[in-house]
Amino acid sequence: MQLTLALAQINTRLGDVPANLEKHLHLASEARASGADLLVFPELSLTGYVLQDLATAVAHRPRPDDPIFRPLLEASREIDLVVGFVDEDPRNRFFIASAYLSGGQVVHVHHKLYMATYGLFDEGRFFAWGDSVQAFDTRFGRLGILICEDFWHASPPYLLWLDGAEMLLFTSASPGRGISREPVLDSARWVEHINQAYASMFTCFVAHANRVGYEDGLNFWGGSTLFDPSGELLVQGKYHEEGLVLAEVDLNQLHRVRARLPLLRDERTSLVQRELGRILSVRLPNDRGVV
Amino acid sequence: MLNIKNIDLTINPDVVRTILTGFIRTELTRVGYTRAVIGLSGGLDSAISCFLTAEALGPENVLAVRMPYKTSSFDSLDHAQQVIDYLGVQSMTFEITDMVEPLFTRFPEANQVRRGNAMARARMIVLYDQSEAFHSLVVGTSNKTEILLGYSTLYGDSACAINPLGDLYKTQLRQLAQALGIPEAILSKPPSADLWVGQTDEGELGFTYAEVDRLLYLLVDQRYSIEDCIEAGFAPAFVSGVAKKIQRFHFKRLMPPIAKLSNRTIGYDFLYLRDWGT
Repeated sequence: MQLTLALAQINTRLGDVPANLEKHLHLASEARASGADLLVFPELSLTGYVLQDLATAVAHRPRPDDPIFRPLLEASREIDLVVGFVDEDPRNRFFIASAYLSGGQVVHVHHKLYMATYGLFDEGRFFAWGDSVQAFDTRFGRLGILICEDFWHASPPYLLWLDGAEMLLFTSASPGRGISREPVLDSARWVEHINQAYASMFTCFVAHANRVGYEDGLNFWGGSTLFDPSGELLVQGKYHEEGLVLAEVDLNQLHRVRARLPLLRDERTSLVQRELGRILSVRLPNDRGVV
Repeated sequence: MLNIKNIDLTINPDVVRTILTGFIRTELTRVGYTRAVIGLSGGLDSAISCFLTAEALGPENVLAVRMPYKTSSFDSLDHAQQVIDYLGVQSMTFEITDMVEPLFTRFPEANQVRRGNAMARARMIVLYDQSEAFHSLVVGTSNKTEILLGYSTLYGDSACAINPLGDLYKTQLRQLAQALGIPEAILSKPPSADLWVGQTDEGELGFTYAEVDRLLYLLVDQRYSIEDCIEAGFAPAFVSGVAKKIQRFHFKRLMPPIAKLSNRTIGYDFLYLRDWGT
């Protein structure tokens, strides 16, 4: 099975959801016209990233009666979409979220699990922590979504892999940092390393949509990637430039790679469960599950 | 562990140039401006700001202002002119002597620091006036070394709308300047605020940028403790002196604190980026 994947490496307007919606709809048409089947937008693509006190003001609910989601759901009849937004749940908790929209339906909503709250990041001050990670079925097979800090922890990609995800869709608003003599920022190298590692270890496709642009002094470096189940880089967007990154995905490659390298077949999940149970029983976990 | 000999402050100038020109272009245009004004001293930092801004906005959209005092060196004026001629930016020369002399006449006892501060603030007044007249924003020229050491005049040379250079140490700026093609005369002369005859930064600070940048890199970027820096080979008095400066001049890096009274106070729990809504 073939799939044309598009990564929307966009800039956003901070806190201006209608303006960002317009850009989403425009790119959805453009991607569709380019033959894409699935278009993935970066983290918080409808709102901008450093929201601070804007976080609660820009929240939306992914439902057909929402004025922002109604046109997105309409657009999803032509092309599957992953959009980044702030989700206000029924009890008024605010999550960094990504929604998978297809055929006019909300197929899946992922709430960011790990709130980056250190260094230049302050997410935990403004957002609630997501509490589930699940793969979901689409017309292209089973997929999984993670948002930025989520994939800096090994367990969410691992759980999605075990839950059947054959392609991991990673979204980020990754601030560029770390200059050296190298032609690539430290932050870009770090993210590319781990994306490649997940693709190699889980013998699956790993797509990463990262935004560009600036918010005050922060730059976002783009460089969106798709790695194949052998860990090879199939395509990469330019650093620091807006663009639609298109890639042909041959899902039959999963068959060929896993015939050669049966890492999934040999994964010892019962051992993991047993040992995790032992570790957690003897070492007191804190709230966030850290031993 | 890093030591005094293997600290590497090498930068890739192309990466830095891409980010900084994008920063200048984006941060000006998103708030409705297409033009910038820069105080051009004849030194390295303002030359770099001018080069980057001209590249970001086009030279016709940059106004470089030379603001000598009567004792400013001719070389400074000449070097600033070389930048103007090379880039083809718009330019203006305004001598600040008549602005500050009445103050010095009224307070003849004013020392060099007071006089230097007054000159820096007079230049700020001229730049912000031109900012309005030229429908532009002031692009700053302060580097990471001087910001950390507090080696600047509050509401003077540190005043600007955006600062593209504030996360680069002086030794890194020198590399960027070479890549940008900044005239050799500017690259090779000793750094100076030129606030009085014969003043040099390194003479006034008491150490070289090459030394202090490596120490700052350990203390700030690499989060080394004072003890770690001494173990890395820096002289104890140098380390403690620099660490003290960083702390003592922190106030210059912050907005003045507002006394909290209400439930929602600017700066504490009223938090928005400058780029809010753009």
